[in-house]
Amino acid sequence: MSVNETAEPTRRDFLYIATGAVGAVGAVSALWPFIDQMNPDAATLALASIDVDVSQVAEGQSITAKWRGKPVFIRQRTDEEVQSAKEVKLDELKDPVARNANLPSDAPATDENRSAPGKEKWLVMVGVCTHLGCIPLGESGDFGGWFCPCHGSEYDTAGRIRQGPAPENMAVPAFEFTSDTTVRIG
Amino acid sequence: MSAGHSSYVPSQGPMRWLDARLPLPRLLYDSFVAFPVPRNLNYAYTFGGILALMLAVQIISGVVLAMHYAANASLAFNSVESIMRDVNWGWLLRYMHANGASFFFIAVYLHMFRNFYYGSYKAPREVLYILGVVIFLLMMATAFMGYVLPWGQMSFWGATVITGFFTAFPFIGDPIQQLLLGGFAVDNATLNRFFALHYLLPFMIAGVVILHIWALHVTGQTNPTGVEIKSDRDTVPFTPHATVKDGLAMVVFLLVFAYFIFYMPNFLGHADNYVPANALKTPAHIVPEWYFLPFYAMLRAITFNIGPIDSKLGGVLVMFGSIIVLFFLPWLDTSRVRSTAFRPIYKIFFWIMIVDVIILGWLGSRPAEGIYPTLALIGTIYYFAHWLIILPVVGLIETPRRLPASISEAVLGPDLGVGTGTGKGAPPARAGAAPHNVA
Repeated sequence: MSVNETAEPTRRDFLYIATGAVGAVGAVSALWPFIDQMNPDAATLALASIDVDVSQVAEGQSITAKWRGKPVFIRQRTDEEVQSAKEVKLDELKDPVARNANLPSDAPATDENRSAPGKEKWLVMVGVCTHLGCIPLGESGDFGGWFCPCHGSEYDTAGRIRQGPAPENMAVPAFEFTSDTTVRIG
Repeated sequence: MSAGHSSYVPSQGPMRWLDARLPLPRLLYDSFVAFPVPRNLNYAYTFGGILALMLAVQIISGVVLAMHYAANASLAFNSVESIMRDVNWGWLLRYMHANGASFFFIAVYLHMFRNFYYGSYKAPREVLYILGVVIFLLMMATAFMGYVLPWGQMSFWGATVITGFFTAFPFIGDPIQQLLLGGFAVDNATLNRFFALHYLLPFMIAGVVILHIWALHVTGQTNPTGVEIKSDRDTVPFTPHATVKDGLAMVVFLLVFAYFIFYMPNFLGHADNYVPANALKTPAHIVPEWYFLPFYAMLRAITFNIGPIDSKLGGVLVMFGSIIVLFFLPWLDTSRVRSTAFRPIYKIFFWIMIVDVIILGWLGSRPAEGIYPTLALIGTIYYFAHWLIILPVVGLIETPRRLPASISEAVLGPDLGVGTGTGKGAPPARAGAAPHNVA
């Protein structure tokens, strides 16, 4: 209720604001190490590539490799499985995007864009349900592909989400066949 | 009620000396001896004391278990087995702690039931109630992180699923999950930090409990009639009346607790958690502990996209929303009558809601197949409809039953009850000297 308040900012106002601002920056700077320590460290972030020998994977079989702490399914599909995946129209898919790290991010989720280039029988994908991270069971579910036991998401034979709470197709990691029998992931 | 004057009179010299410097004995006396409680409290009001006891049981058993536990992904499972087999009394301490978590939740759910039924959350007890919901959230976080520590299959996959909730949020979701996990998947870094937080949170709970009790002692307790205390004749001192009643309830509660510890210690657990964590294999049927099942059912009920919100984010929002909505109850309840006992229409809806939550819990334990997700969706819609539509609307259209003029009238009858005159002499005095509770 002071009577000699003026609208004009004074030197003192400036000092208050400047001090407060420096103090706030300092407090946040001091807080940051306590938050960032929780993030993955450099050793965890270091991207390892793995080479997987797939010579023993016959048609209709699959193996699971561990990459970045997560399972990667490598499956040699049967002709029927490839056929049934190809017959699906794009507008029947819950997620119409391929989710393939080797392709542009807007590539459509056709079977060609999901399987290995030039080797349409081979499917390589991160075996983690895109809902909440469980590992789906192979060759089960109503669509002949994968079924997640946690919350009932069903994937088809190209690893595309067809039914249930998961929002996306299972991710295809960066990979290449370095020879006929070796896959390099990462 | 309690605020204001104090009837504490220190009798001995040392107590007078302390009272003039730090009146801690006065605080305890005013809070737990002289504090006036409604004379008609029934056994539904004993769960607050039971919860304080369970918090103490969990902290004490937890601190000693931490002396034998190794929070490392390669050692954790075996250290728990060593507690079970080698550590002196380790089996007892671990079963006490594991079943203690379940009994903590049994008590908190009954405490919440009493709160909802008797309208304890209504003005002027909103802050008291909101602190209670905060404690409930802290309890859920603590129980979840504690369940991860044995590093069995359910521990690992429970942690994967629950931290996966955060990936539902666009853009910030994945960075948040990595921040929580300390990696791309649940691993040693996750276990280590969960142990640190599991040790910390119970003390934060204890801190909020102190605020909760403080708020309780400012507003005073509710009672089954929902009528506020109007005179001294409506109350009895906390000690001995509430102390003894709480004590009996604790003994009965501990008897059941002991039966579980000694005769069925794994009944509430999952056999899969005696299988060491395996990052490459999800158990065929993954379910959380029983006390999370209704919320889990709501998470799984959303299997379809709602406009721009995909099914995953929808499920997570619904699950968090089921608890967030509780924060708003004091303002959603439009009834001027506090206790459901005097609300004939709301009483019916109240019991339907309780049955709905129990059915949701059962659905949460079922696999996510066939008819179950559809039933869970119906149950979820009803749950939200209860709080957001039924509760406000019924309060407006219902004609409540006549309330007693005071607590003492409800207990002693209209002749002796109304605490206005003291002309009757002997009969009220006798009634006051032999207080009893209507159950």
